[in-house]
Amino acid sequence: MSTATHSLPRTIGAHAVLLTYTVIALFPVIIVIMNSFKSRAGIFGAPLTPPTPKTFDLIGYTTVIGQGDFIHYFQNSLVVTVASLFFVLLFGAMAAFALSEYRFRGNSMMGLYLALGIMIPIRLGTVAILQLMVASGLVNTLTALILVYTAQGLPLAVFILSEFMKQVSDDLKNAGRIDGLSEYTIFFRLVLPLVRPSMATVAVFTMIPIWNDLWFPLILAPSEETKTVTLGAQLFLGQFVTNWNAILAALSLAIMPVLILYVIFSRQLIRGITSGAVK
Amino acid sequence: MAAAPKRPFRWHIVVFLAPAVLVYTAIMILPLAGTLQLSLFRNIDQAQIFVGLENFRRLFGDPNWSVNFWNALRNNIWFFIIHMIVQNPIGVLLAALLSSPRLRFSAFYRTAIFVPTILSFVIVGFAWKLILSPLWGVAPNLMDLVGLKNLFTPWLGKEEYALTTLSLISVWQFVGIPMMLIYAALLSIPEEVIEAAECDGITGMSQFWKIKLPLILPSIGIISILTFVGNFNAFDLIYTAQGALAGPNYSTDILGTFLYRAFFGFQLQVGDPNMGAAIATMMFLIILGGVCVYLFLVQTRLRRYQF
Repeated sequence: MSTATHSLPRTIGAHAVLLTYTVIALFPVIIVIMNSFKSRAGIFGAPLTPPTPKTFDLIGYTTVIGQGDFIHYFQNSLVVTVASLFFVLLFGAMAAFALSEYRFRGNSMMGLYLALGIMIPIRLGTVAILQLMVASGLVNTLTALILVYTAQGLPLAVFILSEFMKQVSDDLKNAGRIDGLSEYTIFFRLVLPLVRPSMATVAVFTMIPIWNDLWFPLILAPSEETKTVTLGAQLFLGQFVTNWNAILAALSLAIMPVLILYVIFSRQLIRGITSGAVK
Repeated sequence: MAAAPKRPFRWHIVVFLAPAVLVYTAIMILPLAGTLQLSLFRNIDQAQIFVGLENFRRLFGDPNWSVNFWNALRNNIWFFIIHMIVQNPIGVLLAALLSSPRLRFSAFYRTAIFVPTILSFVIVGFAWKLILSPLWGVAPNLMDLVGLKNLFTPWLGKEEYALTTLSLISVWQFVGIPMMLIYAALLSIPEEVIEAAECDGITGMSQFWKIKLPLILPSIGIISILTFVGNFNAFDLIYTAQGALAGPNYSTDILGTFLYRAFFGFQLQVGDPNMGAAIATMMFLIILGGVCVYLFLVQTRLRRYQF
């Protein structure tokens, strides 16, 4: 590379722009978390400074934990996300294997059919989905949410996974066949372990929209028993509009688990995107 | 399948495909078709009666519906335009800077700028609502630092600014996606192409405009269609920040919030599944139209370079 492309002013300029944008991206998150640890006077008196011993106060957190049933909402979200993720990955990988491994009549039609859902959002079918759930008695159950999210996640999972499964060597699979392994054993024992990294990518892509969704919990499972953390936070925030300590604490509690998971998995996620998984 | 008679039916293909196809068909495709069908019916005396395009005639012509519908559609188009003219250029700029060779801390910038994208709309909507609130004073204080305090108004509360403000909040949240996809596209440009350009004396800005930008156009196309689908399907951010009535005075109403009110009813309005289905059908047709334009016009004309 020529030296002209990284002359000093240019590098400084690049850092200045990136740093500015990083501040813009992180500032709202930081300001919310910072102020959640302050007393009411601290929140309004000096919103831009970190908590000092004088303004430090956990009143917001005690209110939230005392009032809202957040642990329960959290469990619901966890059950829904983990179960949907499991089914998306299992069913998605199976279908992707069938599409990428075998040649059969209607293969490409089936691929197209399953890919439709990448572009057409499942939300548009909500009216009929609600009727279906009412008819089958699944309204206000976590099962309804799990079914919907499984259907929502499958198209992209099948699409990405079949791209990766095409890269698994044929020799390996044929060697397995010669050794008398069944097609199922080949899939579960040989192919699945080899595509594990791409499964992780799909998992992250599937997980974020499910955890953050507000639409389906609001429509299919709004009861106290089945509220997810996103819906719970939304309703809680609506009730406590004037209690700023509680709101800031609730927001921080909702941000932190996602943020911690993101910091752990960010390399996986970014590698997934930049390796061209979503093309 | 000339070989079909020779070998037994391959049941394992069915077994592999069945779960995904069944769930997908039952929960996604059939309800989608069911919704399209419902839009042609009306509930009269507890029975669903086929009324043809009557619901659409009401949606476009009956002032009770059409005022809100056209308003939501206009707002939605503006929402999309803001995304296209703000989100994508910023995404391209950040990606171009990130991909410059031997840039330090690029992993840190990448991770940090992507943070808003993983947060839920509820968090984003509320956090910004608090920050922009005149009660709290974070935004006025910040603007005071740069001497612009007199420019501050409660943006989310003013009819003329609320929609643009919400669009910009949404841009803030999602700028990470175009940044990542463009970044990936830039990284995949082979070294030889860049070296060849440098041999011809094309460096810096002109290298970006003349060499890299044409090569990443397909990615920009993909981002545009993803943005289009996402924007015409948006709901959560508006609902969290402004409520189902998409205030002030419906100025932030988009198709998603309009669908929600029509379908479920809100306050004095009674829910109407058939009209909800008609609105969902319109959203379906708009999204389908966008996807078709992309597939048949944009994608076939963009040249893809194979390396």
